[in-house]
Amino acid sequence: MAELTRTEMTRTEMTLRDAVTRGIAQEMRRDESVVFLGEDVASAGGVFKATPGLLAEFGPRRVRDTPISEQAIVGAAAGAAMTGLRPIAEIMFSDFLAVCWDIVANQIAKTRYMTGGQVTFPLVIRTANGGGLRFGAQHSQSVENWAMAVPGLKVVAPSTAADAVGLLAAAVRDPDPVLFFEHKALYPVRFEVPDGELVDELGTAKIVREGRDCTILALAAMVPKALVAADELAASVGIDAMVVDVRSLVPLDTRTICEAVARTGMVVTVEENPRLCGWGAEVVSLLTEEIWADLDGPPIRITTPHVPLPSAAELEDATIPSATRIVEAVRKALT
Amino acid sequence: MTTERTETRASGPADPARRLDLYRLQVELRRFEKRAYDLFMRNLVKGTSHLSLGQEAIAAGVALAMRPDDWTFATYRGHAHTLARGAPMTPVLAELLGRENGLLGGKGGSMHLTSAEHNMMGSYAIVGAHLTLAAGAAWSAQYRESGQVAVCFFGDGATNIGAFHEALNLAAVWSLPVVFVCENNLYMEYTPIGSVTAVPRPAADRAAAYGLEPVVVDGNDADAVYDVASAALDRARRGDGPSLVEAVTYRHGGHSRADPGTYRPDEEVEAWLARDPVTAYRSRLLGEGVEEAELLAVESGVDAAVDRATEEAIEAPPPSAEAILTDVWADGGSSWRN
Repeated sequence: MAELTRTEMTRTEMTLRDAVTRGIAQEMRRDESVVFLGEDVASAGGVFKATPGLLAEFGPRRVRDTPISEQAIVGAAAGAAMTGLRPIAEIMFSDFLAVCWDIVANQIAKTRYMTGGQVTFPLVIRTANGGGLRFGAQHSQSVENWAMAVPGLKVVAPSTAADAVGLLAAAVRDPDPVLFFEHKALYPVRFEVPDGELVDELGTAKIVREGRDCTILALAAMVPKALVAADELAASVGIDAMVVDVRSLVPLDTRTICEAVARTGMVVTVEENPRLCGWGAEVVSLLTEEIWADLDGPPIRITTPHVPLPSAAELEDATIPSATRIVEAVRKALT
Repeated sequence: MTTERTETRASGPADPARRLDLYRLQVELRRFEKRAYDLFMRNLVKGTSHLSLGQEAIAAGVALAMRPDDWTFATYRGHAHTLARGAPMTPVLAELLGRENGLLGGKGGSMHLTSAEHNMMGSYAIVGAHLTLAAGAAWSAQYRESGQVAVCFFGDGATNIGAFHEALNLAAVWSLPVVFVCENNLYMEYTPIGSVTAVPRPAADRAAAYGLEPVVVDGNDADAVYDVASAALDRARRGDGPSLVEAVTYRHGGHSRADPGTYRPDEEVEAWLARDPVTAYRSRLLGEGVEEAELLAVESGVDAAVDRATEEAIEAPPPSAEAILTDVWADGGSSWRN
């Protein structure tokens, strides 16, 4: 029997929200210890319709609706994880992580260390992150950098449906707590996804567009914007930009990032989080320490300004980095 | 006084050997905590610590009613609960002293004592948080149909924080096998609990909000605690859901090492010292015909164990610096990059 090669692989078109459902279902079919809980996730299939059908397939023992109790949701996931289950907990909007940050940052992240490694927390906290839906400042934040700052948490943010399936599977199988940031603006976007079981690897960045002149590092919804900007830069001024999808903030794929930046000598980070202490600041600091000699010019950070996100369409669009802003920043630096 | 069920005729363990175990355990907790206090005074214990002196009957009575595979979740006042599940004295004391042979290798300290091999799943130092973890462990037991029960201890102060209410509600809605034990020692930290709580019984008066029976027990009577704990554990194991037990007791000392507890009226302290749970249990056993020599043998055995643990803790070296970068991740390391 001939092995299925990548080119022969059959593919299905699906949205990122469908990919989330597929990823959870794939892992729940494989492993009885995987359970899923959150607000409106079972009967209603999630407020973003990212989990429909799971209750029907796996039943109410494994797919559980919870009260509006974020501390109880992640606390229950933590207690279950330390006693033999592999829970997936949904926090409806990543902004609500602030409501249960004690459990995430003080209990889940630290208890393994504080107990000298006596307990483990194999759990995933999935959450809808980011702006673009005109929800205002309490339902639109990009908070992946909050999580990145806490030792003991792994932090992942996919930009495609295939990555959502594969990285979610990797997160569920990982023995450590993973915060899984799904960008809500990407939920309705359609992608081609290979059929069959997908399992990716945490801590791996991916070069999604080759280029010679500069390296754009982007995450989640900033990746498609960076790709649009790269095409525009090529068409309008002949700048050939490489685009790297960072995918995972912790562990951080410093090898791929350093090599990709060293090849062009010019780095641009595109971050949806507000300016101060965004992930790009950490990456830029790392690059200047470790590959200073390979840099041909100062690093450029494109972020939202250091403000809460406004609601009105025109204001929100002008606040979050756009393809146009990326094009302008790169053009200014390179021409 | 609110509606409550008070156990007036406590029976405790029926087996005389188990009754002696219950006494031995209380003496262990008492003498260990006294030694811990002495070591603070000698500046051998750094940081802070929160002693269970006066509250031993609760830790002992509940622990002896538990099955070995049941889980304990405790607070920063957790020395007694850790020892009560069977963790040996030397590593517990060594952890307070920050030694290499500490229970947590010196990485947790007094407020985070954990002994997973004894199903003592941790001491948590942010008030109320661990009630949600206990509910999660109970969910795991329910899901796996293991018959295990999670027991969660917390102070009266925890009844006013959000996590308490979230955990109680979830445990009740999901009918989880968890026993919540409020050790009501009458003071949240420095402030009388009654002056910051809307109801007289901080835990029991909240039970009805979660469809639970109000259960109040004399937390200074180990037999009464044992009886109430046994009933709550049975109920959980039968699949009848959680219990909320309020055990009324008193701290002999202050809230923590830094607190001499001078805000408490002298007559109140004296009245509670007169109701010392350890001496009360001793008198009860003597009244039941146990020979004093037998009790003296228990006490001297415990004293010798405390002395040995003290020696082994003091003599041990501090942890090596290599420990700093271990145990963040399940692979044993701490790397944030590949």
